[in-house]
Amino acid sequence: MTTLSEAAHPGTAPEPADASEAPVRGLWRQGLVVFCENRLALVGLGLFILLAGLCFLGPVFYHTDQVHTDLSAVHLAPGEQGHPLGTDGVGYDQLGRLMLGGQTSIIVGLAAGILATAVGTIWGAVAGFVGGWADAAMMRVVDAMMSIPSLFLFMLLAAIVTPSVPMLIVIIGAFAWLGPARLVRGEALTLRSREYVQAMRGMGGTGGRAVRRHIVPNAIGTVIVNATFQVADAILYVAYLSFLGLGVPPPAANWGGMLSDGLADTYSGHWWLLYPPGIAIILIVLAFNFIGDGLRDAFEVRLRRR
Amino acid sequence: MSESTEPIVRNSSADRDRAGVQPLLELRDLDTDIALRRGTVHALDGVSFEVMPGETLGVVGESGSGKTMTALSIMGLLPQGGQVTGGQILFEGRDLRSLAADEVRRIRGVRMGMVFQDPLTSLNPTMRIGVQVAEPLRVHEKVGKAEARERAIEILRRVGMPRPDRIVDNYPHELSGGMRQRVAIAMALVCSPRLLIADEPTTALDVTTQRQILELIDDLREEFGMAVILVTHDLGVIAGRADRVAVMYAGRVVETAATGELFRSPRHRYTEALMEALPESAIREAGEHARLYSIPGLPPDLSRPLTGCRFAPRCRHVTDECRTTEVTLSPGTHQHACLHPVPAASAGPVTLPAPARIEAEPAPEPAAPPTGPDGPAATPVLSVRSLVKDYAAHGRGLLRRDAGQVSAVADVSFEVAPGETFGLVGESGCGKSTVGRLAVGLERPTAGQIVLDGTDIAGLTGRERRRMHRRVQLMFQDSYAAMNPRMRVDAILAEPLEIQKVGDGAARRARIASLLDQVGLSRRVLERYPHEFSGGQLQRIGLARSLALQPRLIVGDEPVSALDVSIQAQVLNLMKDLQRELGLAYVFISHDLSVVDYMADRIGVMYLGKLVEIGPAREVVRAARHPYTQALIDAVPSITPNPAAARDGITIRGELPSAMNPPTGCRFRTRCPLAQEICETEPPLAGDRHQVACHFPLRPESSAASAEAGAAA
Repeated sequence: MTTLSEAAHPGTAPEPADASEAPVRGLWRQGLVVFCENRLALVGLGLFILLAGLCFLGPVFYHTDQVHTDLSAVHLAPGEQGHPLGTDGVGYDQLGRLMLGGQTSIIVGLAAGILATAVGTIWGAVAGFVGGWADAAMMRVVDAMMSIPSLFLFMLLAAIVTPSVPMLIVIIGAFAWLGPARLVRGEALTLRSREYVQAMRGMGGTGGRAVRRHIVPNAIGTVIVNATFQVADAILYVAYLSFLGLGVPPPAANWGGMLSDGLADTYSGHWWLLYPPGIAIILIVLAFNFIGDGLRDAFEVRLRRR
Repeated sequence: MSESTEPIVRNSSADRDRAGVQPLLELRDLDTDIALRRGTVHALDGVSFEVMPGETLGVVGESGSGKTMTALSIMGLLPQGGQVTGGQILFEGRDLRSLAADEVRRIRGVRMGMVFQDPLTSLNPTMRIGVQVAEPLRVHEKVGKAEARERAIEILRRVGMPRPDRIVDNYPHELSGGMRQRVAIAMALVCSPRLLIADEPTTALDVTTQRQILELIDDLREEFGMAVILVTHDLGVIAGRADRVAVMYAGRVVETAATGELFRSPRHRYTEALMEALPESAIREAGEHARLYSIPGLPPDLSRPLTGCRFAPRCRHVTDECRTTEVTLSPGTHQHACLHPVPAASAGPVTLPAPARIEAEPAPEPAAPPTGPDGPAATPVLSVRSLVKDYAAHGRGLLRRDAGQVSAVADVSFEVAPGETFGLVGESGCGKSTVGRLAVGLERPTAGQIVLDGTDIAGLTGRERRRMHRRVQLMFQDSYAAMNPRMRVDAILAEPLEIQKVGDGAARRARIASLLDQVGLSRRVLERYPHEFSGGQLQRIGLARSLALQPRLIVGDEPVSALDVSIQAQVLNLMKDLQRELGLAYVFISHDLSVVDYMADRIGVMYLGKLVEIGPAREVVRAARHPYTQALIDAVPSITPNPAAARDGITIRGELPSAMNPPTGCRFRTRCPLAQEICETEPPLAGDRHQVACHFPLRPESSAASAEAGAAA
């Protein structure tokens, strides 16, 4: 279809000489423009800012006691006794708890997601680019770790160490990087034989530069999309662990844990314990997916117009 | 709709009277639009031409001219979003646009056949050849399995396949490119169509294979009594094969005429410019160091409304009238759509004297380039000695079993003097690209020496090796593939400077600006991405990047092969200008002899990893000594219509032997018409300035005068 693409190309050949002095625009600004053109991405970003604002700034304006239980105010329905979202089974204010739990979920989700993506991307890119025995060895490590059921390992680790927020990040990150490593390695295998990598070698460039400047940037689409799933997954992992009683110990909270606690109350009509954390999880996962979509577009230089 | 076909058919009665028969296919004011995300491209605008039964019509044009869209419109194979929006496609007098869908499908399937450009992608890799060839029969004639197989074998035999009864059970990957194209042709012919549409049927093939395929199409046309539409960008292919030619530009037919007449006296200014842009004509008219005429600018963007002659912005003879007046094809047999046509040629042919290779002029010691091209007087920039490169061929898997060696380059030696252009010619698989990659240090040789500027690059390590890359740079065929699509042009051009740690940020920016000036691009390109440029612009950026480190030698691996003729001329001129300004040496690798002939001071011809002939460019091309070189020269289609020469000369048959176990002795002997027993021993590269590795050289090494006498072919 050369004919088509040629015809579709805007004629860019002769340009007036006076225009040549215009300043060269920054990379990030061009990317930002594309990101902003994606409406859903903006919605996602707004949603994320809203939720993060609620969780991190909310407690400043809305004070609640999330340390001491109050058995005299158990299972209050929303609105009763000045609790906008009611209280849970031990008398904690549900809205305040949602804020506190959100802090943990967002921090762990973001940090673990980014950690897993970064480690996985570098591991995969190096394995794919170097190839040969190094590739075989590095990928067998990934296969071996993947073959161990992660839940089993989480339980084992959580039993050995006391779960805390940094610990959760490391534990989740340590297992979640396997997926991106495989994905990026596949990309790197095809990218390393591209002519632009050879051109760079012809200039005397090293393997490190090839990975840094050529392999990783060209795999970025895959990486970004995967990263948004990683963040969402990490939030859910925290929920699993909490459900098994292996998450951050009370009185600390997280959305996943609140949801699993709420499940117990499903049939007692305490809907305010179930829906708010559930909706919050859905919203944050959606927000990350939208943002990821926009980021992928922003990195996709072919979409840039002028 | 049916009543509208009536008068149209009657309208064309004038043409019918002229030829005495009704045209097989007639396009009347065909419009085709393609809806893209960014708007609609008017790919065809009022295209009209006709094809008589048994005639070959050549449709020629550059990329984007609409020649492929015309073929696809006829076949109803337009891409997504494409639609014929106006006009008529009359096939045997019936308008395909007004017939029922079923009927049209039958006509297109049975009465027409199509051959695509790339035989690699036009065959289904998971189907056996026989099943694939017989598929149209099974669909349209509801033929049984056994009979389909019989007929597949029969048609394969007729397209010249060796052992067709064995080939039917093979898969496409087991065949070479030329063989696959034969299969594609067989597939198009299996229903005995009246019309064969061949869309760039030989563009992906080597010249010697191209010649075989074109001859095959010619023979089959006579045998089947069918008409052929030959779509191509290559004027040379058209000149030798077509009865009539339609030249297309920007979605319109700008000129149609009988082939001989068109090439003798083109009328449209575009056709004229296109012919002048060929390296072949520059050499013929003004000697080898003339500048090529290059058409400035780019073809218009067909998604915008255009008025007037579409070639006007690039035309030398443009007037205000051209920009505002719609020009239609003039009446008569030689039609052209030009307000200021080239004056019709008088009796004496002005543009085209005798065929190029006969006029081996007794050169009065040519106006030599700055440094003597022949004698190794100065220290050579590049000196390659007994270079050998073998690749281990092995299967996949952990325990890779050794399946032998592929001998890509076998004992190649040559030198390149400063400021000289050394051309390396050969067909695909001859190892010319490998030599290029070895020379720039992308691969390490199995044996032999590569001496750059007096230093042997094998001994270099670490920093010295990195610094070595400053002196020699590679230029790629496809600059788009050779640029990181996610890097802007400023980053692309800065990369070599960064890698070699040349200067600081400001110095690099200044260097990049001066590079852009050298290759004639504005500074605005810096913030753009590679996908925003056309092929010619990309090749300029690629050249700028190669120049960034101020190398002494640039190895160009097919640097203009992917470009259109007019753009190719721009890039070739630029390369020559820069060579003069900067004293660069080039190793110019190409399969295209006419381009190498134009560019190079000396030429080396490679066959299956061996250098078979090396000498001054003019002598190699005008007075070849090796039979392979002569065959290569004869196979290059020339715009000088010379049917006699096309059939004579040395034709090589058959396929390139496998490089896994190349023939002993002279590697060409399996296909050489002159081969004898002695050829089983390897001939040395013998001679003084014009060396040849052959036991029976076609000519003695001597002056050009005696060269004509020894025309062994």
